[in-house]
Amino acid sequence: MLELQGVTAGYGEFTALWDVTLTVNAGEAVAVVGPNGAGKTTLMRVISGLVPIRTGDLRLDGRSFAGRRAHEIVAHGIAHVPEGRRIFPRLTVEENLKMGGFLPASRRHYAETVGRVYDLFPVLAERRRQRAGTLSGGEQQMLAIGRALMSKPKLILLDEPSLGLAPVMVLRLFELIRRVRQEGYTILIVEQNVRQVLSLVDRAYLLEVGRIKVEGRSADLAEQDFVRKAYVGI
Amino acid sequence: MEPILIAEAAINGILLGGVLALLALGLNLIFGVVDIIWIAYVELVMLGMYAVYWLVTAYAWPLPLAALAAVALVTVLGLLVHLLIIAPILSSPPVNQLLATGGLLFFLQSFATFLWATDHRSLRLALPILEVFGMFLSFARLLAFAVSLLAMLGLYLFLTRTYMGTAIRAVSQDREAMALMGADARKVYLVTSGIGGAMAGLAGALLIIQYSVHPHFGAAFGPLTFMICVLGGLGNMFGAVVASLLMSEVISVGGIITSTEMAYVVAFVIFIVAIFVRPEGILGKRE
Ligand SMILES: Nc1ncnc2c1ncn2[C@@H]1O[C@H](COP(=O)(O)OP(=O)(O)OP(=O)(O)O)[C@@H](O)[C@H]1O
Ligand SMILES: [Mg+2]
Repeated sequence: MLELQGVTAGYGEFTALWDVTLTVNAGEAVAVVGPNGAGKTTLMRVISGLVPIRTGDLRLDGRSFAGRRAHEIVAHGIAHVPEGRRIFPRLTVEENLKMGGFLPASRRHYAETVGRVYDLFPVLAERRRQRAGTLSGGEQQMLAIGRALMSKPKLILLDEPSLGLAPVMVLRLFELIRRVRQEGYTILIVEQNVRQVLSLVDRAYLLEVGRIKVEGRSADLAEQDFVRKAYVGI
Repeated sequence: MEPILIAEAAINGILLGGVLALLALGLNLIFGVVDIIWIAYVELVMLGMYAVYWLVTAYAWPLPLAALAAVALVTVLGLLVHLLIIAPILSSPPVNQLLATGGLLFFLQSFATFLWATDHRSLRLALPILEVFGMFLSFARLLAFAVSLLAMLGLYLFLTRTYMGTAIRAVSQDREAMALMGADARKVYLVTSGIGGAMAGLAGALLIIQYSVHPHFGAAFGPLTFMICVLGGLGNMFGAVVASLLMSEVISVGGIITSTEMAYVVAFVIFIVAIFVRPEGILGKRE
């Protein structure tokens, strides 16, 4: 479904991603792991159009979307749950979800999609008139994911959803992401909790100083020294 | 001082506060969303005043129609200001942005002086003065206040009940996240600037029925509007309304007790003290 081919990108003079090639097949869940500063967030931002690529190509279902701007890429079916959640703190929970379905095509299905999001995250339904900034960290992350689902994406990018959450909440969140998976969404996830994320995904990539170092099926990787490498580097 | 006069001044303060709030809201909306202060904002109001003035006096248009035309005209001006001046310098340092919109202020002032000289022009409407409980209230002010309230209600409903309005608020909180929702920031900015222009045009139409217009009209209302925005907390819509009422009360009631000049001095002193005590405005930044 998603293909990155020899993608190089960065900020100004600085190159954060070198010749990255990666694929995510329809229905798959794929993880990207790597130490701090490896370029994981940059990779996600490249896919959603927030960071332009210098070389290489980005394709969704075989069609190139390189050079498209972020607001156009959502319409192609990629929803990005950014690092740090980035919910709108002074909008209500419901308004946040409404913004997730901002695209004209999504507005028509608002009642149906919001119903599905509330089924998945009942706590959001309870708090729907509350300002999003008053939610707990875990609830905010659920809102960020629910907001992304509102555009009925083909592919969801999750950038460190467990960041800053208490261990109990991390477990619950992984359970919820598993349920999102079961709903049939294709997922590309960046995580620091390598062991847990490997139990969730089909395949994983190890990114290090902007380069893909290891790639494989999560079952195989779990046996290798992968977890240590993801944290410490090779 | 007779209490009835003070009561009258207090009511006049509220009435003036309505129009000032309209201005402060327009300016604050643009600041909150586009992150730029339109130094020339009140000059757009002035052009709206001239538009109504000329349409009524030279072309004999009925006042309501001339007012609508002024709103439309200044809305278009707002869009042009954004497209021609603001959009190209969005990522420039703030100082350059201030210089650009400040330059526009001098341009519009000189433009108005060149075209219409420095004469003070007023519509000289024969609008009635109403007597209520022994107080004399100008119908023009009551009308301006009522229309301002309606416009603010309309803005409120737009910002809270529509997709675009909610997106405007969302962009003021997190521009990039809103791009990830599929909103083109350029379009949101343009809509915001158009609304800001419409508010300025409407304020112009409401001011010309009470005051005379001249090329330096902005010199009195401009600083007052900026003061209100800062006092209420830049980008804070509710704060802007509260600060408008506060400032117009000080000016109106203070003016009747002492003199108008003295009242402005008091207003500025209150402003300076308030900003020392609460640099982020009475109600804080960006509601
Ligand atoms: N806006 C930016 N401007 C300049 N350099 C940046 C910017 N954002 C990230 N970088 C640099 O790019 C590199 C990759 O950063 P990135 O945020 O993609 O890493 P990451 O793998 O997501 O790290 P973390 O685990 O800390 O989230 C880092 O060296 C970082 O300093
Ligand atoms: Mg990151």
